[in-house]
Parts: sequence; structure tokens; C-alpha cells
Amino acid sequence: MFDIDKWQEIFATIKKNKMRTFLTGFSVAWGIFMLMILLGAGNGLSNGVSENFMRDAVNAMWLWSGRTSIPYKGMQENREIRFTNADYDILKDLEGIEHTSGRYYIGGNLFSYGSEYGEYSAITCHPDLKDVESIEIVEGRFVNQVDIDQTRKSVVLGKDIYDALFDGKEAVGEYVRVNNIPFKVVGICKEGGGTRHRNAYIPVTTGQKVFNGSNRLHNFALTINAETIEESQAIENRVRERLARKHKFDATDESAMGSYSKLEDVIQTMKIFQAIDIFIWIIGIGTLIAGVVGVSNIMLIVVKERTKEIGIRKAIGASPASVIGLILLEAVMITTIAGYIGLVLGTGLMEGLNFIVEKQFEASAATNGGNGETLFRNPTVDLGIALSATLLLVIAGAIAGYIPAKRAAKIKPIEALRDE
Amino acid sequence: MISLNNVHKSYVTGSNSLHVLKGIDLEIKSGEFVSIMGSSGSGKSTLLNILGILDNYDEGSYYLNGSLVKDMSEKKAAKLRNELVGFVFQSFNLISFKNALENVALPLYYQGVNRKKRNKIAEEYLDKVGLLDWATHLPSEMSGGQKQRVAIARSLISQPKIIFADEPTGALDTSTSYEVMDILKEINDDGITVILVTHEHDIASMTQKIVRLKDGRIDEIIKNGDLKNFQHRYAKELETA
Repeated sequence: MFDIDKWQEIFATIKKNKMRTFLTGFSVAWGIFMLMILLGAGNGLSNGVSENFMRDAVNAMWLWSGRTSIPYKGMQENREIRFTNADYDILKDLEGIEHTSGRYYIGGNLFSYGSEYGEYSAITCHPDLKDVESIEIVEGRFVNQVDIDQTRKSVVLGKDIYDALFDGKEAVGEYVRVNNIPFKVVGICKEGGGTRHRNAYIPVTTGQKVFNGSNRLHNFALTINAETIEESQAIENRVRERLARKHKFDATDESAMGSYSKLEDVIQTMKIFQAIDIFIWIIGIGTLIAGVVGVSNIMLIVVKERTKEIGIRKAIGASPASVIGLILLEAVMITTIAGYIGLVLGTGLMEGLNFIVEKQFEASAATNGGNGETLFRNPTVDLGIALSATLLLVIAGAIAGYIPAKRAAKIKPIEALRDE
Repeated sequence: MISLNNVHKSYVTGSNSLHVLKGIDLEIKSGEFVSIMGSSGSGKSTLLNILGILDNYDEGSYYLNGSLVKDMSEKKAAKLRNELVGFVFQSFNLISFKNALENVALPLYYQGVNRKKRNKIAEEYLDKVGLLDWATHLPSEMSGGQKQRVAIARSLISQPKIIFADEPTGALDTSTSYEVMDILKEINDDGITVILVTHEHDIASMTQKIVRLKDGRIDEIIKNGDLKNFQHRYAKELETA
């Protein structure tokens, strides 16, 4: 099959028919290039939006207490609802809930270490908050159950706090003062998906004890075990009814207890993206079909144009197989190389775009409290899809060349010679 | 070498059928220099194409070099053309994007001769027709006579037993025509059978045997000895014309 002479013959033909080669190659390269841009743009949009969601676990749910707005069982409205540690125990064991963390707000948050100090947020939590808010541990560990049980004065510092107070020095094991109370640093962390890490985490029980909170909690962060909107709503309803029964308020009273489930939003948005995805694929397939038609068209013309040459070759002893082989190998080679060029150009453009988008993302993240605002991230295409598309065009070109080449190779050489 | 027995050929175009050859019986021996003559439409080119296995025939039998040529597969026909025969056409039929040397070397490519070797042989044959200096020129850069000489070199490179020439001088002026005929004569002197189609009497009279076709049948065959007579008659035809 591999025959140096045959390839030399093909290269000689390509070299001397540059226009024809260019036209065939261009239609393939263009098709692949456009497909890459389309799919890349679609992916970029999809990635950008989903990243905005992924900052916390997608199945996260938050609950917060307020004042009642509906009279209930003889009690007047405007009654304050207070969560306690008992509610945490209820939620933890409720069906459909995976991780639970309660929070008690502590005010004024002055952090100091040696002569360095700064104002940051101290968040009291249970160990499960790490999963709810996708917190990454850089060094040491997160708040654990022993911290909770023994009300240890442990603190996990955000990376930015660590940088400001310690400036690269070893921090784990050191004591920082929070509102002038010493806490032992047990870990350093980053917030999932964010670029600013200005929160410190301390055990919720310690927070309650040290800052006079007795058993009170202000809100809950949960993750739920749901895949659909219906499941998510069922769990949300179950949580509301259970807590409403305990605290004696109407389960539909949104101001007595606020709840927000992220999954519902995510699923709604993902549906829009599925629709956009389908739309992009339809356009992409349309582009591919246009490419296939273009390649086929050019191959038909190429074979027509070469009919006389085929006649000459046959008159001096070319077998039909060698004629078909010559045309097919040339077509496959041109489309493969052109497809690859289109692939490289498309990927290159998308990577360039990605670079610019990342720059913008960083710039907006730096000015916007750690959350970069962008609707467009990582606009790249799955290599498998790109390669299959190229392969499809190559095969289409080969088939489109094969049929007329076979016919041309079959007819009597004298008829091919007569063709002008 | 060549033996035709009652060969018929019709062209079918739509519902019309044109009966071009109506029973041709012809013997041509090895080493002969034969011309086929006839007015246009007499079937002379068709006959040559059948002889050269460029076209098929409907009825009768055709033996080339002892083997029957009928309903042959294209692959086998291609092999036979490559090894046994060479073609010279009125319109030269050189490949336009290949230079003179590559055109001459092409038949050897189909014999599987490697590039270096076939280019060397092609140079020899170009030298034979006096065009070695033109080896790297494209056909579009050459005169008609030069193109025809390249075509002749190409037909010879596979060392065929027979050369078929379809109006080889049809697109050339008189002096170039005579040059081409001289080359064909030299080829014949080397023992290769040459069969050419022409409608020019002076060209035909340079061959050893003239086959005159009329309405798809052989009208007369003029052999070597009668050529003088033919030339005389040709002169008379010119006078009356």
C-alpha cells in the first residue's frame, strides 16, 4: 500500500494544481474552523454560567430565621423565631439531607497577630460547611467534630487573612486574637471557586460560648440529596414543615423562616443551556453539511476536470485501480491536512479568546470582592468531537471523490480522451 | 501480429444507432508500416481505437499478438496497452501540468520502474527525438511539432511492438509533418510495427501499405509495389480537384 513513488506522483500533482488543492482544502478547513468556533462559544457560555453556580455545592440549601407575618394557632404575627442547637440535631437526621451546618453570628471581627491586624469575617460553623461551600484546605485541617464537642478555640484562616497577618510565616499552631480572644490556628483554606479568601471559620459551639450565644443559631447551610426540582422542593417542604411544627409558625410563612434552594435555580438554568446546546449543535451540523456538500462538489469538479488526464493515463497503461487510488489518496490527503489546519486555527482562536477572558475575569475578580463576574469561560471544544468532525469531512470527501473517479476509471479511455 | 475477422462496431446515441464498421477483415504482420485512409466518417479512427484496445467492438474477432482481444477487463487491457502498444494522437494528449521529461517517463511509472531509473531512460528517449534541452519545459511552452515528438518519445519508452498514430500530422504544418513522418519511419526501421490514420495522401504514400476505408468497409489495400501507381493517381486526383 505504501509506495514512495505513488506519493511522489501525488505530491507532484498537488504542487502543480495549487488552486484546485486550495479550494478543496479551504472548504474543509473552513467547515472545521466554524464548527470549532461555534461549539467553543457555546461551551464557553455554558461553562461561564455554570461556574457562577458551582462556587458552592449545586445542591446547597440555606435556611434563616425571621419574624412571623401570619398569625398562627392564636399567636400573633411579628413573633421572632429563633433557631437553636436542637434544630441542628433535627435537620441533621432529616431524610434527604446530606450535610448540615449551623451558624451563629458574631459581631465586630478584629483579627490580630503580633503587630499585624485587620478586619475580617469570622464564621461559626459545623464541620459539614466544608462540603456545603466547597472549601479547599491549603494547609492543616478544617473545623472538626472534636472542636465542636470540646468547644476548642480553633480557627481556620482564609488564605488572604493568612497572607496579611503572617506574610508567609508558619501559621498552624500559632495563636491569633479574634476580638482580643486568642484562637489557635489549625488550618488555612480557600473558598471554592472564588478568588478572595477573607473568611475565617471557628467551631459554632466555641462561638456560642465565647461570644455569649448560649444555644442560639442564626441560620443553616445544608446540602440535600436531590436530582430534580421535584425532589428538591419535596425536601424543602419537609424541612419547612418540620421546623414550622417545632417553632409553631405557618409552614408557608416565608418571613418566619426564609429558605433558598440552589438546585432549583441550577436546574432551571441548565435547561436553558441544554436548549442553547441543541441550537448550537443544529447550527454545527448545518455547517458540517455545508462543508460536506462543498467538498463533494469540488471533488466532482476535480474528477470532471481530470477526465482527459485519466484517459491519457489509461491509454499509456494505467489500471482503473491505480487511477482511483491516485484521486482518492490525493483527496484524503488534502482534506486531512486542511481539516487539521482548521482544527489548529479554531483551537488557537478559542485559546486566544480564553486568554483574554481569563484576564478580564481576574481583573473583575480583583475589584469585586473575590467573585469575578463573567458569563464566558473556557470556550474550548472536546477534542474527540473536533476529530470526529474532521474525520467525517475526510470520509465525505473520499466518497464524493470515489464515485466519479470510479466511473471515470471505468469508461473506455477513448471516451475520456474525447472529453474536453 | 494483428488479425481482424469480420469486426463490426456501432455507436448508439439515444434511439439512433450508427453502424460505423461493417465487417472488417485485416491482417497486419510484424514490422509493417501501414496507413489507414478514408474520408471523414469512414470509420478509420474507430478502427484504430479498436486496434489499440482503446475501444471495444460488437461482433467478430480481433487477435493481437496471438491473443483474442474481446470483452477484456480494463485492468488486463491497461496492462496490454502498457506493454505492447504506444499511442501518438493528433492532439498530442500530453498531461499539461507535467514537463516533457515527466510526460515521457509516465508509462514506466505504470510498469513500476523507480523514479530515478525512469527519468534516466526518459532522457535517452528525449535525446532520440532531439528534445533533451526541452526536458523541463511544460507542453504549453512547446510548439506543435515539439509536442508531437515528446508524445512519440512517450509512446516508445515502454519499448512497444506496435505504435498507433491517430492523425499524427493533423495539427502540424507540412515541414513539421515530414519531420514527424521521418521519425516514425526510423521507428519502423527498428522493427516496430507502425499503424497510422491519416486523410492526407502524401503522408499515406510514405507508408508501405495503405488501407482505404469507405463507409465502414475496406475499399482497397494498396501494397508497397503499387505505391507508385497510387502516387500517380493521387496526383491525378489533385488535378481534377
